[in-house]
Amino acid sequence: MDYRICSLTGLKINKPAEDLIKWNMVTAILFLAIGGFMGLLMALTRWPSVHYLDTSHYYRFLTLHGFDALLLWILFFEVALVHFTSAVLLNTRVVAPFSAWIAYALMLVGAAFVNIVVFAGKADVLFTSYVPLKANGVYYLGIIIFAVGAIVAFANFFANIIQARRDKAYQHSLPLGTFGLAAASIIGIVTLAHGAVIMIPVFFWSIDLIKYIDPATYRLVFWGLGHPSQQINVCAMVAMWYMTAGFVLGAKPVNEKLSRTAFVLYILFINVASEHHLLVDPVLSSWHKIINTSYVMHLAVLASMIHAFAIPASIEVALRNKGYTKGLFDWLKNAPWGNPAFSATFLSIIGFGFLGGTTGVIFGTEQFNIIRHNTFAITGHFHATVVSGTTIAFMGGTYLLIPYIFRRNLVLPKLAAIQPYLYAIGVAVMLIGMMAAGTYGVPRRHWDITFSNAIFSFSFDPSADMFLSMMGVGGLFAALGGAMFIIISLGSIMFGRKIQ
Amino acid sequence: MPEEREKAEEGKEPIPAWQLFYDDIFLLFFLGVAIPTLVYTVWGLMEIVQIPELPVFKP
Amino acid sequence: MAIKEPERIWWKPFTRDERLWVAMALLWMMGSFVFMPVYHFIGAQNPPSETYRVRDHEKFRALVDGMVAKYKVGEDKGVPVVKPEPGSDVFMQASMWQWYPVLELEKGKTYRIHLSSMDITHGFSIQPINMNFMVVPDYDYVLTLTPTTAGDYYIVCNEFCGLGHHLMVGKMIIK
Ligand code: HEM
Ligand SMILES: [Cu+2]
Ligand SMILES: [Cu+2]
Repeated sequence: MDYRICSLTGLKINKPAEDLIKWNMVTAILFLAIGGFMGLLMALTRWPSVHYLDTSHYYRFLTLHGFDALLLWILFFEVALVHFTSAVLLNTRVVAPFSAWIAYALMLVGAAFVNIVVFAGKADVLFTSYVPLKANGVYYLGIIIFAVGAIVAFANFFANIIQARRDKAYQHSLPLGTFGLAAASIIGIVTLAHGAVIMIPVFFWSIDLIKYIDPATYRLVFWGLGHPSQQINVCAMVAMWYMTAGFVLGAKPVNEKLSRTAFVLYILFINVASEHHLLVDPVLSSWHKIINTSYVMHLAVLASMIHAFAIPASIEVALRNKGYTKGLFDWLKNAPWGNPAFSATFLSIIGFGFLGGTTGVIFGTEQFNIIRHNTFAITGHFHATVVSGTTIAFMGGTYLLIPYIFRRNLVLPKLAAIQPYLYAIGVAVMLIGMMAAGTYGVPRRHWDITFSNAIFSFSFDPSADMFLSMMGVGGLFAALGGAMFIIISLGSIMFGRKIQ
Repeated sequence: MPEEREKAEEGKEPIPAWQLFYDDIFLLFFLGVAIPTLVYTVWGLMEIVQIPELPVFKP
Repeated sequence: MAIKEPERIWWKPFTRDERLWVAMALLWMMGSFVFMPVYHFIGAQNPPSETYRVRDHEKFRALVDGMVAKYKVGEDKGVPVVKPEPGSDVFMQASMWQWYPVLELEKGKTYRIHLSSMDITHGFSIQPINMNFMVVPDYDYVLTLTPTTAGDYYIVCNEFCGLGHHLMVGKMIIK
């Protein structure tokens, strides 16, 4: 078989797995570059004194920002992790490379369809495309093709695991990192199946073969795609935290039972949280809303609390074992802060936990949702989860995997050492500005909050302007940090010093 | 070979049932699909089809 | 290690710290879980769940027009101002890009405000008090609402509804 031994980790790396990881990662990074640039344009437009884009470009690029950053960057990266955890970590192979490449091709074609049709101005519907707002059929077709590709990619995870079991690559239990990706893949399949189920009729509706799509049904099933796809991120991100701690520090989960319980709770209960998006909708009953938004008793939140305990604890134990035992915080002082894989993981834990998780639980309560729904505070909340949580974790993952998979050293190591901090601080400032502006009622997805041409004129509390400017400044720093990431990661992949 | 594995494990402590459950990713897969589909999607669709028509209002 | 298979049996009792942490988290979770339904019954402000299907938009439009004809008390920027009787059913229509009509309501009286859209999804955001509800076409959402403070309130559309989204502002006067 086609294997090499990684000189850094001792892992046995299967050639097809290596190629799949490379292509999926590079594609992910390219879409982050597009999506992040669009994010910069968004920040520049919502910054009142700059107000850069005109109306139609603002909505067009907002559609693209949501789609490229949220779906494409993250899902391509997760497919790379699927192959990493189900083949490389188990020292075994990708069973059906052909189907994995088909999955990659479908995802890429679907992604290209959507990008082209949005750029062409034929789908200014924002990534939620609430029916009966109608885009060109190619848009829905692109989403369907992408979703089918992603389903095939996640199915590959299970195929690899079955084969690994047969090959005795593991005896009883998967490594925790792989188990986390199992959770991600399970959720991925539920999610993308919802996506396909709703987008197929909508596609036929967009080409006039179906007359009517019920808007409430669309919203229900769409959020069965839209929200759980964020839960794939949570699982993959947490798995990335454990793996980075393992690779960088040799950290061991303090208690496998504890950490695995948390993943099982995610698998069983986290998906119903889709309901968050529908709390102030007509149609669904209060009981449907209460049961679903409480994650069937907040058990999935319990899971996050468990990880919040288990990961720092395992890092502490690992560092203490290295001899940093003086006092309570010697270990923390001596953590490898200059290693971007580690610092990104750490920042991601803080950002996700303190900014994302807490606001999520609050805004997800029926009564609080009334005063936050569709305001800029929501945009602040999900930048905390999906940017300061998932994106930073995956940036760390990229730094970790470039030496292992691409066999290159990082270029510009000094810049790489500060990149996670710059990005995390920029994003934090930006999203705190967003959350604060939202408390004054400033809506998200809105081109002109001065309502200068509307029949009734209304102005928000002047403090809102200040917070929007704060968002703009934070956004600039985040964009700078994002650009540094793109340069360092692609630069290392192409020009980094080779590792033998 | 399953037989070999069984032999190697003879005499060892049995694996706790909960651990076996956590290790069974296909059972978890089934539950992970079934729970949200029933609790969120199917229940939601049932509510949507039961929404009453707009009644007649006397202004 | 998270990157290696764990030992054969890892199902072991939690340590004291772990038990403590999980118990605390569980308590907090149960607290929030109980809060939502309890507040739903005792709280003053909850998302309503009264809703009807509107198969024919014209039927809803007729209700709006009937109300405007009966209770119109003036005009504001060309939009009729309507002062319906307290306790009555009030109809508010959303369309690209207008909230119709302007409502004049009495402080301390309760109204049943019906919201529906004639075209695509809109967001009903009452400012500056910042209360937000979705307006979905083909459905009527009934907000049972008792204004408590007099003043002018504006209704900002906060769901993207096309290029004129930012022009969609309505008004409610509380006397
Ligand atoms: C350079 C970094 C980024 C900046 C400056 C930025 C900025 C923004 C701004 C200002 C908005 C609000 C647009 C509006 O409602 O008017 C926005 C929306 C959004 N952003 Fe970002 N963003 C960044 C990175 C990301 C990343 C990495 C992701 C995903 C992983 C992401 C996901 C989203 C999503 C899903 C929306 C909502 C789109 C919608 O409402 O349709 N952003 N972003
Ligand atoms: Cu609107
Ligand atoms: Cu709008």
